[in-house]
Amino acid sequence: MIRTTVGGRAMKVIESKGVPYRELNREIRRLVAAGEDRLLLRGVNGQRYIGAGLKGMARLEIEGTAGNNLGAMMNGLSIYVHGNVQDGAGNTMSGGEIVVRGSAGDITGYAMRGGKILIQGNAGWRVGIHMKSREDQPAVLVIGGKAGDFLGEYMAGGTIVVLGLDTPLHQERESANPLIGNYLASGMHGGTIYIRGRIPAWQIRGQVQTGLTTPEESPPLWNWIEQFAAGLHLDCSGLFREIFTCLMPQGARPYAHLYDHSA
Amino acid sequence: MPRSLVPPEFLVHRDEGRCTKCKACIRQCGFGVHAEGPDDRISANDQRCVNCQRCVVMCPTGALKITANKEIGRENAYWSAERLREIWRQAESGGAILTSMGCDRNYPVYFDHLLLNASQVTNPSIDPLREPMEIRTFLGRKPEKLSIAGPPGEERLAGPLPPEVRLEMPVMFAAMSFGSISKNTVLALAKAAKRMGIMFNTGEGGMNPALGPFRDHMIVQVASGRFGVDSAYLEAGRIIEIKIGQGAKPGIGGHLPGEKVNAEIARTRGIPTGADAISPAPHHDIYSIEDLRQLIYTLKEATDYQKPVAVKIAAVHNVAAIASGIVRAGADIVVLDGLRGGTGAAPKMIRDHIGLPVELAIAVVDRRLREEGLREQVSLVAGGGIRSSADLLKVICLGADAAYLGTAALLALGCHLCQRCYTGKCSWGIATQDPSLTKRVDPEAGADRLVNLLTAWQHELKEFMGAMGINALESMRGNRLQLRGVGLPQNELDQLGVKQAGEAM
Repeated sequence: MIRTTVGGRAMKVIESKGVPYRELNREIRRLVAAGEDRLLLRGVNGQRYIGAGLKGMARLEIEGTAGNNLGAMMNGLSIYVHGNVQDGAGNTMSGGEIVVRGSAGDITGYAMRGGKILIQGNAGWRVGIHMKSREDQPAVLVIGGKAGDFLGEYMAGGTIVVLGLDTPLHQERESANPLIGNYLASGMHGGTIYIRGRIPAWQIRGQVQTGLTTPEESPPLWNWIEQFAAGLHLDCSGLFREIFTCLMPQGARPYAHLYDHSA
Repeated sequence: MPRSLVPPEFLVHRDEGRCTKCKACIRQCGFGVHAEGPDDRISANDQRCVNCQRCVVMCPTGALKITANKEIGRENAYWSAERLREIWRQAESGGAILTSMGCDRNYPVYFDHLLLNASQVTNPSIDPLREPMEIRTFLGRKPEKLSIAGPPGEERLAGPLPPEVRLEMPVMFAAMSFGSISKNTVLALAKAAKRMGIMFNTGEGGMNPALGPFRDHMIVQVASGRFGVDSAYLEAGRIIEIKIGQGAKPGIGGHLPGEKVNAEIARTRGIPTGADAISPAPHHDIYSIEDLRQLIYTLKEATDYQKPVAVKIAAVHNVAAIASGIVRAGADIVVLDGLRGGTGAAPKMIRDHIGLPVELAIAVVDRRLREEGLREQVSLVAGGGIRSSADLLKVICLGADAAYLGTAALLALGCHLCQRCYTGKCSWGIATQDPSLTKRVDPEAGADRLVNLLTAWQHELKEFMGAMGINALESMRGNRLQLRGVGLPQNELDQLGVKQAGEAM
């Protein structure tokens, strides 16, 4: 165990290369329980479940690629990844934040109900399915790049923002928005999704209503973009007057009509 | 609006001679059947009646009677009244018909074709009133071997055992969420579980703070909607149960209708008030056995390997292979929910036409796990249609460690099996969130009734075992020699692993 200093603050370093996940995570749990508030995991290469179920205010910095279910079911930690994350980052998390300088895999933020996930790059499929929100700590997921199919399916609360920072948008009205895949927001019955650019009607099937806005007109959207920019040290001021499509549920009961409720 | 072709399912008969117009029926009915007319007469709207019997039981003068409305046209052996009604209803609504509780159709009930054994002369029976009978059981992963360390005379177990949960009798209350049932009903179950030394299950609706004192007897469920799942919830449960499927609706998700999602439930679940609480059909982070393993180990990591993780599936045709995969994925407890398993709401066609009776499911899974040398590693829990202590013991003889009770527990609390939980209008105050109805279940009095039921079953269980000359539940588990089949063809006997009645040991 060694200590290093990052940004003038002492951090405990865990050399993670080749350490099986169970040992690595036991060590993290032990140190967090002992009151360590800043940990640096060096050489992480696919270890799963890092930070799963942890509580508290500790900050975890990860160098390398974090494995599946990073920060799953956690409540309160602040995780910063210098690299990519595999599937399931922030799965069912209820508080805290995960900031990823690279890209994220599938099921990022599945069923999260509180806290913040900021992805600088792209995110995979099934992202933000069944997101919810708690009153004291709203759930938000901001993706700097693009997202795959099934984004925000069954969404019940919280906010998803897709910025597409490096992706040029098409100008023709009916051409596909390249930032999203198929089945965007199907079954959505709560929360809000903002996608940069216009989305042609054919690209949305589901029970949502759409509108156009800009960060300038929509302070909540601008707030999330500013938090994203601050968390990842990026300049997003150019987005202030960009067009975004805002998706909201048409109703809170998307499937009620499919059933015969009579007694 | 065109006139409905759907005839009422039940007819309400009021004996005008006995009726004192006290209006108790009007107050008691959650479905708004009874109403006072302009001439002070109380009349009934048969169309709304679900035959829950609340008004009949509560009428102080016994003036009410409800009968099935059988005269609805030329029904025949093929086109039953129920089929006719379904078609008329769907022709009007265009929707899948919803229902509640377990499959009620006339499929074979294997419990009713199995008989238990008893001792006579050659080995004595045991008097449970005199001898101690061991009906305690432990759920969780069993180590493959025990290592002992220490100097002679002071030997100790080397290393910790995997986490185990003790049940004072081999039953638990099945998963019923706060949302599908009322808070008072959940509290009654929790109190009874604590008093009996068994477990209750939160279901997938998260944990109401009022359940704090009962956490040592609580199983917390993680279902596809992940409602209320956070680190505090996982910490609170003694067992964590991943719900993959439910016997009443195998392979499909669940929708708690918005009518039942009041502010408190919305808060517990983290969704908008009045929104449907939707549990998707699969967990979208589990598309394979390998993915299941990841969720199992995520939960184990999140709780520092301190709690057994159960996986509950609906019993389906390939259940033995699936259960084997679940054990290999790392589950400590496998729960099989059979065809008769109940629900707060399910499409009727799904409930009534998918699945496997739990008797067969337990028998084939127990056999498969034994063949593969896995059975001793895990606990097997049966759910779905356990109606009596006899069913309980039979399912244990077929291979279960314990059984879940859902419907039986609700019946003990006053449920009359009207199968309308999905409406949220339950006149018995069980499957509703309407405060004027939920107060009808008193948690303390309800717990007393549940404790009475289980105490009676406990005694019957001991009588059964004593009669067989067996004094420990351990010796009953998978003990098919204590069972014989009657009226079953050979292939069914083979699947159950049971001999024909008349065959000796």
